[in-house]
Parts: sequence; structure tokens; C-alpha cells
Amino acid sequence: MADKVFIALQNNADAQPIILAIAADNPEAVVVESPGMVKIDCPGRLVIRRASIEAQIGRDFDLQELHLNLISLGGNIDEDDDEFVLSWQR
Amino acid sequence: MAKGKKLGLKERYALMTRGLDWETSYQPMDAVFPYDHYEGIKIKDWDGWADPFRLTMDAYWKYQAEKERKLYAILDAFQQNNGQLNISEARYLSAVKLWLQGITPLEYAAHRGFAHAGRAFRGAGARIACQMQSLDELRHAQTQLHAFSHYNKFFHGFHGFAHMRDRAWYLSIPKSFFEDAMTAGPFEFVTSISFAFEYVLTNLLFMPFVSGAAYNGDMATTTFGFSAQSDESRHMTLGLEVVKFMLQQHEDNVPIVQAWLDKWFWRGYRLLGLVGTMMDYMLPKKVMSWQEAWGIYWEENGIALFHDLARYGIRLPKHHEVAAKEKHRLTHEMWLTLYQYGNALSLHTWIPDDAELDWMSEKYGASFDERYRPRLVYLREREQRGERYFNNRLPMVCQVCQIPVFYTEPDDPLVQCVRIVEAGGTKHHCCSDGCADIFRREPEKYVQALLPPQQIYRGEAGGARDIWEYAAWLHLEKDVDTGEYRGSPDQQHWAQWQQAHKATPADAA
Repeated sequence: MADKVFIALQNNADAQPIILAIAADNPEAVVVESPGMVKIDCPGRLVIRRASIEAQIGRDFDLQELHLNLISLGGNIDEDDDEFVLSWQR
Repeated sequence: MAKGKKLGLKERYALMTRGLDWETSYQPMDAVFPYDHYEGIKIKDWDGWADPFRLTMDAYWKYQAEKERKLYAILDAFQQNNGQLNISEARYLSAVKLWLQGITPLEYAAHRGFAHAGRAFRGAGARIACQMQSLDELRHAQTQLHAFSHYNKFFHGFHGFAHMRDRAWYLSIPKSFFEDAMTAGPFEFVTSISFAFEYVLTNLLFMPFVSGAAYNGDMATTTFGFSAQSDESRHMTLGLEVVKFMLQQHEDNVPIVQAWLDKWFWRGYRLLGLVGTMMDYMLPKKVMSWQEAWGIYWEENGIALFHDLARYGIRLPKHHEVAAKEKHRLTHEMWLTLYQYGNALSLHTWIPDDAELDWMSEKYGASFDERYRPRLVYLREREQRGERYFNNRLPMVCQVCQIPVFYTEPDDPLVQCVRIVEAGGTKHHCCSDGCADIFRREPEKYVQALLPPQQIYRGEAGGARDIWEYAAWLHLEKDVDTGEYRGSPDQQHWAQWQQAHKATPADAA
């Protein structure tokens, strides 16, 4: 099995639509809640799509807003205006 | 003005970083950037560097300002609503005191270190990433001091962190870690702090420990902790980027980088023994054991990172298998040491209650029941008889990591692990093969280490002749700031406040 990438977000109201969007776009993602935070693990690759978050929140979203609630991550990052991708290249 | 097409993230980053840079003409670039080649790292093309977040200075200020607004709104609410009364128990604050004394000064040191490293790199992308990190680290030091200052109004042991930083024996552990990094070249500094420490190891501090702070009701620490960690994500990315950049630029860089990864993995791991002990012992309400956290954040996430680097010829850091052998005992050995030297710490120590010991038995199994639980129970019985044990001498500390030489042999948990290294006809003591390797690679650096016990015995601690005079020189009041938690003023005040909190107006009448 591919090594897991992960992203961790603060477990607050702002992060809920992001978490929902990630879970919808990454069927293999596993969401683990701890006090104050949510860690999302996914084998190999995880994608965060701007359009999916915008559909949840009903307004424009800049992927760099992720920084406000981001706690940590693991994986190589590739970010442009539409997608934020974490991956391990094997 | 006609409205032009909005630039994409990648174009904006290119224009706002490299696009603003220039080649010097009055002086050669080598004279302007004299420190970015003496470590032997060969760079063919600095433009090969890119921040994957593509964060430009204007976006940086915008998001940092938003983080600060959120953080300070919460700190205000915490102070105005007597948030100090909502923590699980006053002894929880030993972890917060250790953070203030041990970690906050590192944040400030990182601010200085990244300002220096940023100045040293000739590539604009690296320079800007270091500049942002330098500013972040200053923010972390400031927000931590603001958050902790509220506890200082109600509890002992918070008062002297700045005075103690250069004097307290146990604070030389984190201090020497950072000074080792800051006296290295800029590439080694960024590898040590951004990659080995931040990417590989600080998840253990900022994720399970801060989540533990949330579980223990500490709104202040949770808030600054996660706010700081949002910056750490960027630092980790800088760390991975600098390592990949060096490895991609020239094959001669591979053995240099590997040696740094070996060294800084081990130094960081040794420092984290304190964090693991905060998790297992200082949190009255526990979220996750050190052993579990090590399993998730190193054995799963950390090793995945090294698998990814294997394509450049990088292998797992030396002695990682020793960390695996120690994971079931690291924190128990550390706590027993802090406990016995507790008369020279600006925090309290204690023996966990039965429910906590049961939790440890569940998490650590037979080895805990066989080796550590009986010792803890014995010490608690002594304390209850009025014979609280203190080791009233000074420990011998490791020449490299400065932790007292108390850990046991990787393959025999009943034998103390000591490694003797020699340089210039003098013998020095190390706590492990990992630290002995670091010493042998640069003996001329580590023979200069200032070891607190030696300095104290030489009379450099204000002429202190015993551990109580030494504690007084640290500005610590015996049995108030130091010593046993049970019966301490912090514990007594806590009990009174809890009672007052429960009392009804009828009780007062």
C-alpha cells in the first residue's frame, strides 16, 4: 500500500466545509478527530479542490485561506489556483 | 485604468519573488553572499527553488494579520473569563512552565537564526521563505509570552524564564540544541530546524501535545499552539524543499545532507524526550501515549517522507532503530530523572495517581508493570511517609545533548547507557551511540560545550555550594516554585479555588 499523506486542520466552524470537501473528493481519505483538531490521512495522494469548497460555502474561496486553519501536513505539495495536492512520489 | 486579467498563483509568485531580485554589479555575488558555499553544498541553479505554497509577501501579511486577530480575540476572552480556572488541574501547568522555559526561547532563537540564514542565501525564493519564517518565529515567541503571562498572575514558577535560560541545568538541553544549529552554516541550519526538527519531529509537539492541552481545558495554549502550527506547515514545506533542492542540484550534496539528517534526527529525538514526558506524565487527562504518537508521527508519517527521499539516495537516519527500542521506556526514565532532581526545576513533579498508572499499564504493557510501576509506587510510598526522595547532587550530562546520562542500553533496559569519547587527550561522556557519533564527527565543536554541572562545581553559579543555593541563584523559591506538587502552594490554591467555585451564596452567609 502507498504511504499515507495527511493534512490536519483545526476543528472549528471554518474548517467544516473544507473537511467535507476533502472527504467527498478523496474516497480513500480517513478522517480522525482528536480534541481541537482533525487529521485526514489518505494513501498516496490527497486533493483539495477550490470548486468543491466553494460549493459548500456558497462564496469565492482562495486556496491560500487554508493557511488560517491548517495545523500540519505530510507530503509533497503542488498548489495552483484551483487545486492543492499532497502526494508521495514513488 | 483598464482591468487586466488577474495573474495566476504561479505567475504572481514568480514576479513577486525572483522577479524582484537582481544580480549585484558593484561587488561580485560571492562577496555579497560569502556563507552559502563553504559547507560544500553545490548549487547550479538557484531558480530551481520554488516555495510550493507560492506565498508572496503581500499574501503573507494578509493571512498572518488574520491569524493574529483570531488569536488575540481568544486570548482576551480567556483572560476576561478566568480561563485559568478551567484547566484540568494545577499540576497540568508543569507542562506549560516547561514550554515557556524550554521552548519559547527556542522560538526567539529561531527568529534570529532564520534572519541570518535568509541573509546568507543568494536565491530569492529561499531568502523570502527564510524571512517569513524569521517573522513567524518572533510571532510565536511573543504570542506564547502573552498567553502564559496570564498564568503568571495565579501560579508559581512562571516568573524567571529569561533569567533561567542561560543558567538552569535542564534548559541547557533545548538551548544547546539550538546553539548547535545556529553555529552551523546556513544550509545545515535550515536542514536541522526546518526539516529534521519541524518536518520530522515537531508534529509530536504541536499535534498530540496541543490536542492534549485542548483536552485539559487550556484554551490559551491550544489557541497559540495551533496558530503557531499553521506557520509550521509552511516551515516544514520550506524544510522539505531545501532538502530536495540540495539533493537535486548536485550528487556531491547527497552524503553531506545524509550526515546532517543523521545528526539532526538524533538531536531532535533526544530533545523530544522532554515532550513525550509532558504528554505521558504532565497531562492529568491524557490523549495519546508517547509510544502511540511516535508510531503515528514518526513510524508512519516520518518514514513515508524518507521513502520519498530514497529516489535521491537518502536512507533512514542512523539509530532510528534505537528510538524504536526506547519508545516504551523513554518517558518513564525521563520522568524518574526529573522527579529526583525536582528541587532544581521551576516546575513541580509528582508520582501519578492509580488511575494514571493503570492508563500507563494499558498503554505500555508488561514492561511498564515490571520495571517502572514498582519504582513509581515505591517513591509514592516514601513521599507519603514524609520522605520525598530528592537526589541532592548534580547529574553528569551528555557532552552533546546535555541530557543527564540516565538512559539505558538499547538492548538492556536494566543497564545504564554511557559512551566515552576522547578528544585531545580528554575523555567526554555521551548518553548514546547517536550522541557519540555526533561528537566524533565534529569533536572540535563539542569539546567547547558548556555543561552546567561542571560550571556549578567550578563556582560559576554565584558560588553555590549545594543544590539549594544553586536553585536560589536561579531565583527559585524552595518548595514554592520547585519540588513536590502535593502540598505545594499551587496545589493548595487550586483546591481553594475549586471549592470557592462550587460554593453557593448560602454557604458564604
